[in-house]
Amino acid sequence: MEEYLKLFVASAITNNFVLTQFLGLCIFFGVSKNLNASVGMGMAVTSVMTLSTLLAWAVYNYILIPLGLQSLMLISFVLLIASFVQLLEMIIKKHAPALYNMWGIYLVLIATNCIVLAVPVTNSELHSDFITSLIRALGSGVGFALAIILMASLREKLQYADVPKCLHGLGISFILAGMLALSFFGFSGMITL
Amino acid sequence: MSTPILILLILTSLGLFFGFILAYSNKKFGIEINPLIHIVEDVLPKGQCGACGYAGCMAYAEAVVTNPDVAPNLCTPGKDPIAKLVAELTGKAAAPMEPQIAQVMCAGTHSKAGKAYEYSGIQDCIAANLLFGGHKSCKHGCLGLGTCVKACPFGAMTMSADGLPIIDPDKCTACNKCVSVCPKQVISLKPLGSRVRVNCNSKDKGAVAKKACSIACIGCSLCMRQCPHGAIKMENNLAVVDAKICETQCSNALCLSKCPTKAIRPFVTGIVPGTESEKSVLAAYLAAGK
Repeated sequence: MEEYLKLFVASAITNNFVLTQFLGLCIFFGVSKNLNASVGMGMAVTSVMTLSTLLAWAVYNYILIPLGLQSLMLISFVLLIASFVQLLEMIIKKHAPALYNMWGIYLVLIATNCIVLAVPVTNSELHSDFITSLIRALGSGVGFALAIILMASLREKLQYADVPKCLHGLGISFILAGMLALSFFGFSGMITL
Repeated sequence: MSTPILILLILTSLGLFFGFILAYSNKKFGIEINPLIHIVEDVLPKGQCGACGYAGCMAYAEAVVTNPDVAPNLCTPGKDPIAKLVAELTGKAAAPMEPQIAQVMCAGTHSKAGKAYEYSGIQDCIAANLLFGGHKSCKHGCLGLGTCVKACPFGAMTMSADGLPIIDPDKCTACNKCVSVCPKQVISLKPLGSRVRVNCNSKDKGAVAKKACSIACIGCSLCMRQCPHGAIKMENNLAVVDAKICETQCSNALCLSKCPTKAIRPFVTGIVPGTESEKSVLAAYLAAGK
């Protein structure tokens, strides 16, 4: 049990995919202008990541490993995630229109996102078992949500700051992300797995 | 079996498998979208301004097609032709649409209204308003820092040298963006056909209003008593013109000549009230015997 808790905290904070491994930066900068949108995005990424990691785990362990085709890992995961997101979009559209209105545009963005691919790849490379994969996916999702919500709150405050003209827009956001990453760097070494 | 063939087989079967799942679920979960929604959306101007009260043109198109209670004439930027088209497409009764324009109900230029203090903070009306209600001596007037100018999605507003926004009547679509962003609520949408307007937003009593700004409406109600059609009413020490009565019944605009502070002016678009250019327009207006 303790191991799992450690893994969860490690993947959410100390090994945060966005701020320490610099993955998923396109949505991190694209959807962090507004706090509400970033909360929606964080939730969408967390759920898609968890579900697609489980599918990817099954594909890797029951199809690719028995056939000795680990080299096909990346391409089959890409295929899997893209089709899974499409499927999820259809199901949500049909059964939860309110959720679809909130998530609709973000779901499509997630289909081609590196952070969703990174978690199953990490799991496969470390040969994690089912529960470990699940916890890692959940932790990484929460970590992503945390990072994007922090970033959105900071950027909303930044609107009232007197930013030098040359840094307007993305420039100051990059500096902000750098500082956030620096502060997350303080967590490193707290948990060793 | 050799590896390349195996790879080919696995990837093809995975792809086919996911493809079939998607095709099947598209049948099972797919939703029939009324094609009319897309046709209506194509008709709308796609400024995504939200003046209709919906999140965007797509949301309005969906609402107007699916909900029989949603009126077809809510798109103000589209004006009458679009309202007619939408009404025709959705089979609803086309209510005529009154063309509107945004108006700044303030004439307190730098020379007319004083300053309460020197403001040197963030050049934004919302920020300035947080500091004791702004740096103007009048607490109801335009702060002149151009928050509305920045908010205008159609580029219809410019800030004049006197510190009041000028609205270009050709570009203004009455989308309501500037109205909602103004911390002083000094901008409102007025029908283009109006004859006169009250260039003041001050709810202060006469003496206070007059002290703060030389062109303020002091709430003397002279104009109200002058108007034979009862188009002017007093609300909170401020004259309010009923545009409908004013537009349809008035022929001589008696109120204009009676106002002691000249706060009530002819409705002329695209200029700053109280300036020289307006004075010439006013002279011509009065000379024409209107």
